[in-house]
Amino acid sequence: MDARLNFIDPAEPPVSVPPPVVRLRGFVRSFGETTVLHGLDLDIRPGEFVALLGRSGSGKTTLLRTLAGLDAADGQDVRVPNSRAVVFQDARLLPWKKVWRNVALGLGGADIRDRAQAALREVGLGHRLDAWPLTLSGGEAQRVALARALVREPKLLLLDEPFAALDALTRLRMHDLVLDLWRAHQPAVLMVTHDVDEAIALADRVLVLDAGRIAAQERITIARGERGDLTQPLRHKLLDILGGTPASSGVIPFRQGGHL
Amino acid sequence: MVAPTGSSRSLLSRLGTSHWVSPLALLVLWEAASRIGLIPARTLAAPSTVAGTLFAMIVSGELPSNLLVSFQRVLLGLSIGITAGVVLALIAGLSRRGEAAVDPVMQIKRTIPTLALTPLFIVWFGIGELPKVALIAFASTFPVYLNLYSGIRSVDPRLIEGARSFGLSQAQLIRHVILPGAMPSLLVGLRYSLSIAILVLVVAEQINASAGLGYLINNARDFLRTDIIVVCLMVYAMLGLGADWLVRLIERRALVWRPSMVDA
Repeated sequence: MDARLNFIDPAEPPVSVPPPVVRLRGFVRSFGETTVLHGLDLDIRPGEFVALLGRSGSGKTTLLRTLAGLDAADGQDVRVPNSRAVVFQDARLLPWKKVWRNVALGLGGADIRDRAQAALREVGLGHRLDAWPLTLSGGEAQRVALARALVREPKLLLLDEPFAALDALTRLRMHDLVLDLWRAHQPAVLMVTHDVDEAIALADRVLVLDAGRIAAQERITIARGERGDLTQPLRHKLLDILGGTPASSGVIPFRQGGHL
Repeated sequence: MVAPTGSSRSLLSRLGTSHWVSPLALLVLWEAASRIGLIPARTLAAPSTVAGTLFAMIVSGELPSNLLVSFQRVLLGLSIGITAGVVLALIAGLSRRGEAAVDPVMQIKRTIPTLALTPLFIVWFGIGELPKVALIAFASTFPVYLNLYSGIRSVDPRLIEGARSFGLSQAQLIRHVILPGAMPSLLVGLRYSLSIAILVLVVAEQINASAGLGYLINNARDFLRTDIIVVCLMVYAMLGLGADWLVRLIERRALVWRPSMVDA
């Protein structure tokens, strides 16, 4: 059953049909003297779940900010859908707005409370509509942030290490929730993470970003939930690419003698 | 098995730590010293005399009418001062060009104590109501300006960015993120402004007033009526307390989302 682990060569051209929702060609991003991203090519198909792995300083956050429209693309060849939403590592809820108003932030129309309520029900928080954000636990706040992203029915959902601050049990529950929501709403997802196991458990495709370049990408065709032991070689391979020994923790190690 | 003696002891110990005991003791001492002639009435009237004078002044309408005059001065001066402070802080806080235009002038002005401007204000505005109101307005502008301006500038940039990622316009960003985020700072400024306004009122009313608390005090001084002076001091204190209570009331309503408020 080795064919189920379908490793794709990074140089192979991406599938062109259906047209990608995200398309970057030769994208360069520099801050002063430092070039963070070097001529990046990236396509994300509609409904595709992509995980972006990389160490601190690999440029993954810069890439996410560009796709989120938070940094200007300066007339480069960048195509992203207009309907997109971000979930940050810190939920970034406005503490002075009740939960449902946070979800409805920036929405218009008479039925925004109903829409917010529907989205909050989907993440299991239909009963916390009128709660103040500062009374929520970390996991609840992150679920509100997911509801706030999904109420917009985005074509592209950007997740910036959304579970890094949560405890292990909550994180596993959030994985299931994200997969359920992804199946229900079918957005393309780009999830930035530094947890190799998380990337393997969730994504259709795992990209490894290193020093501003895509160092490797792997497509995973095994059904989620059956990936356990079958993905062991992939895990080792990804950790090797990331420059560490295959540690049991699954978290990206610092490169020996590397700089931060 | 708590014996009655235990509860009476706890009452005693509670009395020992009560915050009312020492002021009350002072009041009793003061009254006693006045009664036996240790404190002459022209130095300081006895508390009982002060209470009697207060009652008489309320009944005669002398105190309420003069209090109203003072109150109107503060209210008018504060309204102008707070409005000016908020407008200037919004201009300086929400745009770089506004900051360049407004902030340097405000920082320079901040170095001049407002009360030092009293002679100049008298030259400009005479000795009527105008210089009094102008002084209060002028003094109460700065706490509001400084706090709101720094409040706007220190709103968590991650919240702004998060809101921006959902496509909020600049106007929506100001309304939903920046202004509510700066609200706690504005209330701190408001609290300072109110207490400064009362302080300036006391000084401004020394300028040839023909009505108001300052007028009462000046008159009382001429007739060595220390009881009236003490009554007016008490009223000033009540004004300060009232201002504090007002701000706390506003805070409770405006900052319900804060953890300390949420827990309560």
